[in-house]
Amino acid sequence: MRHIISILIENEAGALSRVAGLFSARAYNIESLTVAPTEDPTLSRMTIVTDGTDRIVEQITKQLNKLIDVVKLLDLSEGPHIEREMMLIKVKAATMAQREDVKRLSDIFRGNIIDVTPTTFTIELTGSGQKIDSFIEALAEHKIIETVRSGVSGIARGEKSLQV
Amino acid sequence: MELSGAEILVRSLKDEGVEFLFGYPGGSVLHIYDALYRQDDVKHILVRHEQAATHAADGYARATGKPGVVLVTSGPGATNAVTGIATAYMDSIPMVVITGQVPSAVIGSDAFQEVDAVGITRPCVKHNFLVKDVTKLAETIKKAFYVATTGRPGPVVIDVPKDMTDPAIKIPYHYPDKVTMRSYQPTVKGHSGQIKRAVDLLLTAKKPMIYSGGGVVLGNASEELRTFVRHLGYPITQTLMGLGAYPASDPQSLGMLGMHGTYEANMAMHDCDVLIAIGARFDDRVTGKIAEFCPDAKIIHIDIDPSSISKTITVDIPIVGDVSGVLQEMNHLLVTGKKEPKKKALAEWWKTINAWRATNCMNYDRSSEHIKPQRAIEIVHEITGGDAYITSDVGQHQMWAAQYYGFEKPNRWINSGGLGTMGFGLPAAMGVQLAYPEATVACVTGEGSIQMCIQELSTCLQYGLPIKIIALNNRYLGMVRQWQEFFYENRYSSSYMESLPDFVKLAESYGHVGIRIEDPKDLEAELARGFAMKDRLVFFDIVTDQTENVYPMIRAGKAHNEMHLSPHGGELPQDPQRELS
Repeated sequence: MRHIISILIENEAGALSRVAGLFSARAYNIESLTVAPTEDPTLSRMTIVTDGTDRIVEQITKQLNKLIDVVKLLDLSEGPHIEREMMLIKVKAATMAQREDVKRLSDIFRGNIIDVTPTTFTIELTGSGQKIDSFIEALAEHKIIETVRSGVSGIARGEKSLQV
Repeated sequence: MELSGAEILVRSLKDEGVEFLFGYPGGSVLHIYDALYRQDDVKHILVRHEQAATHAADGYARATGKPGVVLVTSGPGATNAVTGIATAYMDSIPMVVITGQVPSAVIGSDAFQEVDAVGITRPCVKHNFLVKDVTKLAETIKKAFYVATTGRPGPVVIDVPKDMTDPAIKIPYHYPDKVTMRSYQPTVKGHSGQIKRAVDLLLTAKKPMIYSGGGVVLGNASEELRTFVRHLGYPITQTLMGLGAYPASDPQSLGMLGMHGTYEANMAMHDCDVLIAIGARFDDRVTGKIAEFCPDAKIIHIDIDPSSISKTITVDIPIVGDVSGVLQEMNHLLVTGKKEPKKKALAEWWKTINAWRATNCMNYDRSSEHIKPQRAIEIVHEITGGDAYITSDVGQHQMWAAQYYGFEKPNRWINSGGLGTMGFGLPAAMGVQLAYPEATVACVTGEGSIQMCIQELSTCLQYGLPIKIIALNNRYLGMVRQWQEFFYENRYSSSYMESLPDFVKLAESYGHVGIRIEDPKDLEAELARGFAMKDRLVFFDIVTDQTENVYPMIRAGKAHNEMHLSPHGGELPQDPQRELS
């Protein structure tokens, strides 16, 4: 099953390599990993999307907790949560028909066209990983020149939070 | 008080109570060595190879329970230390390793003797630090000791760039009494509800089994374990790492379990209905085939590391906590509670176990014209009264030492169980002998393993360490040969040691005593003669039976009730396989 694990980790050099190294050393899957400092500059927030049986995911959370730099950890998939990913995608849009269709699809998915040239559109799209996949699928008839995905970040719904 | 970084480092070690620093100098640590020269508090032990520094510190830690401390230079100093760091990591040994690093300004420029020590050691340390600010040096050292010695212990590396120890830069020194880390708060106390449930379950058992491991030794819980086991009257088996926590000679002890465990221990594991694992981690050499591990048992597991729980074997009652505290609480519940163990069922269980015991699975050919390695170990036990510190290398001799020495006390059996590091024994013995100068310290080894760190004979002379080296010399890499005999139709690929040195002359050339023993008739007297030389290192080159195997044996991936037994055992109550013998 797919899990979204959120971590607060000391914002120190090498923290990312400890987490990434753990996943490779123990042969765990990483679908995506995002990391950036929080409002407290001594802490980074990391969101890892992984996939595994319950047993493996339990080991992943235990092993992550065991890393000395990890301050707190939450498996967002265990409760209601919101996930978002951002994508920048550059699509060929040279003919009138192409430009109209791409614009229409972008509107349907609530994307923003953020750069335009005579032959391309660059679209910014935010949503769940699934929505982003669907948009890429919807663009199948068009030529995709480049996609850049941020990886998933997530947060628990309601009053539940991950904080020190 | 204003000190340079190098002086702060050395002073911090003193304030931490460090007696010995095992190390080897080099360019990046010269400032530190200069600071060491100008003091007498921390004694530096100069090894002959950095791997030996880590093993010596490790041996010291295992024997004393105190952290071992190492100082090596950058680059090859750090990489040579990695094997010893990984060895300590796999066996959860508290250790602080200080590696020199090239000056901060040239890190990343492929400078002379530069390696990314933090990167290289990351997967085999509990934690590591790179010191970037000399004002944080003392605090970092305090943190390193705190992390290494608390929770599930382990090695911690501190990488110190040369400019951090610059004698020209002096800053105020203060060594913190204690540190707190918001990201590291190891669980110590077990959950009382879980402990109560576990005790209730234990008292319902008809065929109980206690399986204890290295955590009992590390957690200093041998006394609590003895009280627990004796109160219940249940059988106990110990892992390779746990030997000595419960006395081997006690009637409730079934010996070691696992790949080379006793028949009775493995059969009792397979048939038990309640199993309590105490400070043990269900290692693959212990469990054998996971799917057939203790098929009928409810399992209780006490471990200080949450990630050890249900890692390979799913357990019914997990208890995360320090073994000593948990056992104390259990003992209290047992003594004050109304319920007793099921006496009648237990008597039946012991009857079954004693029938397994009657196989005499540890017997061997006692009339051979060759020296039997098992006999050599038994004699060492007799001569030392079972009270020596025994270190070992890795292979057949390690298993024989574990099986035949009969450890009565914890911290006496010092071997590389997890990583299986050949070359561990001699340097580990140095650490033990330094900690306990009056004690008898013996290194059980083979002619293969001893050559992996033999240069340390020189260190032993320098510091007057009267270690007794018991080299069981069968002219083979014995365990490799045994597997090749069993699983590769006797194709002895690279397992024969040709061109062996004359170990007696070698020992003598290092300034020690060498004794070669070839005839079983001489074994006892010659060992006694060597052990009587209290102030000399004696290298016993014992020429043993070339084709002796370690029994019993469970092949990798087989279940506990699928053992191969020695052809020299007694009658079998069931029908185990003997075709390999």
